[in-house]
Amino acid sequence: MSSNFEERDSPFGFEREYERAGMPGRGPRRMQRRKICRFCIDKVDYIDFKDVKLLQSYTPERGKILPRRISGVCATHQRMLAEAIKRARNIALLPYAAD
Amino acid sequence: MAEQRSYEIVFIINPDAEDAEVMRLTEAAQKIITDQGGNIVKTEMMGKRRLAYEINHKRDGVYVLLEVEGSGREIAEFERRMRVNDRVLRYMTVRVDEYRRRAQKLKDRRARKAERRPTAGKAKAAVPANDDDAESGVEAAA
Repeated sequence: MSSNFEERDSPFGFEREYERAGMPGRGPRRMQRRKICRFCIDKVDYIDFKDVKLLQSYTPERGKILPRRISGVCATHQRMLAEAIKRARNIALLPYAAD
Repeated sequence: MAEQRSYEIVFIINPDAEDAEVMRLTEAAQKIITDQGGNIVKTEMMGKRRLAYEINHKRDGVYVLLEVEGSGREIAEFERRMRVNDRVLRYMTVRVDEYRRRAQKLKDRRARKAERRPTAGKAKAAVPANDDDAESGVEAAA
């Protein structure tokens, strides 16, 4: 399972942090600087449900939507992202549930 | 109901269908829409893709994307036809004109903010120079 984890391309390394967050007591708990919303920096106004690559980076392994407390996405963009992911699921571009 | 709406339609055709049949189905779909007074803006064959999960025991599907303008009547007709067509594994229609308007509004608001900023930004011009560049790049693209 963990090897599968490594293989997934994750440009931001969100998945890794996600995993760590779920397992307290593993290594020192570092204070992390507040992450800035990537979509705000790139000035994204609409998140397309057909952009599978982008959406995949926000749906780790299990296929769940990455919470914004992990990714640092702002509320506005998280809403757009969630909607796009749900649409992509509807037309089988993304899984509802993996394994 | 006179207003023009924009839609994006994605539908997935059975992977066993031959290229000719895919074309035939796509043309049939376009005809349904134009017959009802709709307007085809774009047709994109996204090709055969692996499905994220099985639909009707199929692991692949041929994706077709249509961009349509119209009143909404052609969408109702299109969906009615798609429901009974067993060569179509799945279809989805998304109304996009409202999202586009919203995106435009956000863009305009950003442009207005960028106009106001330079006076405040001059005091520490060295630092925000990068940010301003990006801003003007966006405006140029718009």
